[in-house]
Amino acid sequence: MSGNKQEEDPRINGIKTKIRVVPDFPKKGIMFQDITTVLLDPKAFKDTIDLFVERYRDKNISVVAGIEARGFLFGPPIALAIGAKFVPLRKPKKLPGETIFEEYELEYGNDRLEMHVGAVEAGDRALVVDDLIATGGTLCAAINLLERVGAEVVECACVIELPELKGRQRLKGKPLCMLVEYR
Amino acid sequence: MGHFVSSLGQSVCSICLTTPSLSFVLRFSLCVPSSESRESEIIMAGTKEEDVKDPRIPKIASSIRVIPDFPKPGIMFQDITTLLLDTEAFKDTIDIFVERYKGKGISVVAGVEARGFIFGPPIALAIGAKFVPMRKPKKLPGKVISEEYSLEYGTDKIEMHVGAVEPGERAIIIDDLIATGGTLAAAIRLLERVGVTIAECACVIELPVLKGREKLGETPLFILVTSDAA
Repeated sequence: MSGNKQEEDPRINGIKTKIRVVPDFPKKGIMFQDITTVLLDPKAFKDTIDLFVERYRDKNISVVAGIEARGFLFGPPIALAIGAKFVPLRKPKKLPGETIFEEYELEYGNDRLEMHVGAVEAGDRALVVDDLIATGGTLCAAINLLERVGAEVVECACVIELPELKGRQRLKGKPLCMLVEYR
Repeated sequence: MGHFVSSLGQSVCSICLTTPSLSFVLRFSLCVPSSESRESEIIMAGTKEEDVKDPRIPKIASSIRVIPDFPKPGIMFQDITTLLLDTEAFKDTIDIFVERYKGKGISVVAGVEARGFIFGPPIALAIGAKFVPMRKPKKLPGKVISEEYSLEYGTDKIEMHVGAVEPGERAIIIDDLIATGGTLAAAIRLLERVGVTIAECACVIELPVLKGREKLGETPLFILVTSDAA
């Protein structure tokens, strides 16, 4: 299966209607995609997880890496259901043990994503999960971290894509699976 | 007096658990040597008598890594990321909470950012409850209510979306660990302000030396593992 929108599945529309768009957050002009309203609907939340689990359960995924903080909401349920370990990818100074980091660009300046040394092993097959892909900068940093320790990134999985920001092209050729597009 | 046979087939006398010197021995008798190189660095969290009644608990306890002097000297940090790498221990952790709360009329699982986000959603999904994130300031878009709480120096706030929960709902609050209880107490106040009843707070780890339980007032606390390392 290539990374594509799950167009035919009837559960998708139910999820899409639960996403709340909040204008001018965090600043004017941005239409913020709020997934907390999906989490308030047990059926929509379950459907979201089920769609990803159905896609990945037979793909021998050994690691689900979730990007802080909203990737923590979706990654662990997927990991538990497919029998993979869950690895949090965090902002600087949050992880207590020895870490490696990858820098990425923001609109103004840089930020860093960190991962624990030893969490992921060479040969691990990994999924990267976040709630949304915008420019793809954070996901690209996540892919880099995983590849540096010898893991194979099988796919990136997001609930929402903002296709106009072309994040899909920044994933080092890795496929993207998303459920809902927002234009 | 009774015997508890761990999932590893080691026989442990439950009366020994109340004696500090023997609990030290207990710690090592339940610690499983494993082929993972990380294991040699692990100091297993101590366990209390009530914890070992469930045979899944020792493995959960031994999967938690203690990192000395983080975030500052003198603090023994309880790192649950190693628990998340152990698929059986992570599944067991969630299962224990789910077994406790399923079918109890809990309609809300509130999880405190960020490590509460790892344990809360799987529990919410399994018991058919909504998940409500409780976040640091300015992270939640839209209208929020906030509650202040004390830190060692200064204060902090947690926030929740207006309308996420409704009066009369029954909630549990999840975090990875209870230390001083400040954050959990603030979470309780926030939910109570909007008319929600908190059935229980649930954490993987308690640091009893910090007496966090006392801050929770009437709200019960359920814990899997206690650690004397504080």
